[in-house]
Amino acid sequence: MSALTGSGAAAAHVALLLSRLAAPATIFLQSQSFIYVLYIIAFTLMIQGLRGLAGPRTAVRGNRIAAVGMAVAVIATLLQPQEGNWGLIVLGVVIGTAVGIPAARKVRMTAMPQMVALFNGVGGGAVALISWVDYRSHGSSYGTHTIVQSAIVQVQVPGVATYVAIFSVAAAIIGSISFWGSNIAFGKLQEVLPGRPITLGRIQQPVNLLLAALALAAGIALIDGVHSELLFIGMLVAAALLGNLIVLPIGGADMPVVIALLNAFTGVSAAATGMALNNPALIVFGMMVGASGSILTKLMADAMNRSIPAIIAGGFGGGAEVAPSGATAEHGSVRSISAADAAIQLAYASRVVIVPGYGMAVAQAQHAVRELASELEQRGVDVKYAIHPVAGRMPGHMNVLLAEADVPYDQLKEMDEINPELPHTDVCLVIGANDVTNPAAKNTPSSPIYGMPIIEVSEAGSVIVIKRSMNPGFAGIENELYYDPKTSMLFGDAKGAVAEIVAGLAEI
Amino acid sequence: MILASTLTTNLAILVLAGFLGFVVISKIPNTLHTPLMSGTNAIHGIVLLGALLLIGLPASGLVGIDALSKALLVIAVAFGTINVVGGFLVTDRMLEMFKRKPQTKEEKEQEGGSR
Repeated sequence: MSALTGSGAAAAHVALLLSRLAAPATIFLQSQSFIYVLYIIAFTLMIQGLRGLAGPRTAVRGNRIAAVGMAVAVIATLLQPQEGNWGLIVLGVVIGTAVGIPAARKVRMTAMPQMVALFNGVGGGAVALISWVDYRSHGSSYGTHTIVQSAIVQVQVPGVATYVAIFSVAAAIIGSISFWGSNIAFGKLQEVLPGRPITLGRIQQPVNLLLAALALAAGIALIDGVHSELLFIGMLVAAALLGNLIVLPIGGADMPVVIALLNAFTGVSAAATGMALNNPALIVFGMMVGASGSILTKLMADAMNRSIPAIIAGGFGGGAEVAPSGATAEHGSVRSISAADAAIQLAYASRVVIVPGYGMAVAQAQHAVRELASELEQRGVDVKYAIHPVAGRMPGHMNVLLAEADVPYDQLKEMDEINPELPHTDVCLVIGANDVTNPAAKNTPSSPIYGMPIIEVSEAGSVIVIKRSMNPGFAGIENELYYDPKTSMLFGDAKGAVAEIVAGLAEI
Repeated sequence: MILASTLTTNLAILVLAGFLGFVVISKIPNTLHTPLMSGTNAIHGIVLLGALLLIGLPASGLVGIDALSKALLVIAVAFGTINVVGGFLVTDRMLEMFKRKPQTKEEKEQEGGSR
């Protein structure tokens, strides 16, 4: 270096070189190839991040790697030479950040399903809006792209390729369904809307079909070159109504399936947008979400022994087929016990399985339950938790809630793992779980939940159920478990009742 | 003909990404399904890119966008940002809870298997 700087001629040469390099550097950074390379880096990071989610220890890092991948994809997009309107971009990002950060910071773990539904909805909404704007800018050339071919020459009339129009319209329809469906799901989970199915009765299916047909017909007309923004808006509205009508009749018990399904919808619609805008990042990221949502939908539907079309058709989980309160008399009597009795029963057991449900989460009883478990373990009682796949309101929800209360992993058992152990279990403590323990799923073919895999608590030596009242659960179905002679009911708020048991244990 | 090859390339990406998604996601245990969902929620915030691409249209000189389009795109950018920022943050919060516990034997085995 010193030799170079020593010579003035060399310095001038370097300066010349640098000035020659500056312009190509911008061109290089904004070149399509460089942007694509950044996208490829983004895919790699995102896939690596998702792989990290396979284990609890690597998951935090995985999520952060995926977030970095997202950042790279955003930066790559902003490098596009035609990028402009920076003021508007900043405005949108500031609004989004101002809403997103506090929402993510404050949300309680019990409210996670609503949060996911809401985030899912905004994603679908963004897709629908993007398609709409895309139509406003390019729609006049839908259906005009033709290739005139003769024996000698081939002439391309410029316009929007048909496939672009198809994907853009498809994205608009799916995005709109997802936005409205997710909002309704949010409303139900937040209990702004009633959790019970709201149906149009017999005309429900014909109306849904009609709306789907209308949206499709409008879409096809648009693709074919009918240029009318009103038609596009009409298509969005038909899809919006369809989204509302699909989710409104779905009972609370089917919520985990619906959330997973809507997640898949938004992912697929994002991929469709990517096809329309010719953006590989959107295609890959969107498809990954689509795959994830589909897998979860299938898992959840299997865990309830329900087919996805049957869930979409709706109507389940409202207790319409179950006679209300009057029916309790036929079952015989319910045995109620005190917390002190429950404490004695638990203290002298050698194996205890705790079956947590959403009721436990609502009462914020996770920590009390954890305390009870450690208290029992100190007395040499073997404690495990039985987690039904649909416990809670979304896939894997219960695990998050128990993790929040520091319950060790190895105590969390999945349904298939715990069921064979239940006959050797002395006491099953059911806390705020209902439908997932209902023996009717095994024994009563007429029950709406017949065939759904359950945690077979009635196989255990005895069962203690902590429940606020005899009201049926979210699915609105009576639980015959409560009338089983083996079962004793401890009425009360889950948190209070568990705390009382812990107090009772201290006195033994 | 250029259009046809763009379509087929993109279709190939679409199909392969779908398969890759199935392979990667299938390995994620039930326990982590909620973080997976909120994480994938953040990932479909990628639609933000779509909004960013369109909002730059006027600069490209091809087609202008009017005030309504601009308003719609600002909303779309905001929605996308909520999705990305909120999704990743909430997932991070959730996963921190899983992480802070001491590692058990079973966990170690699970991790070993997943690598």
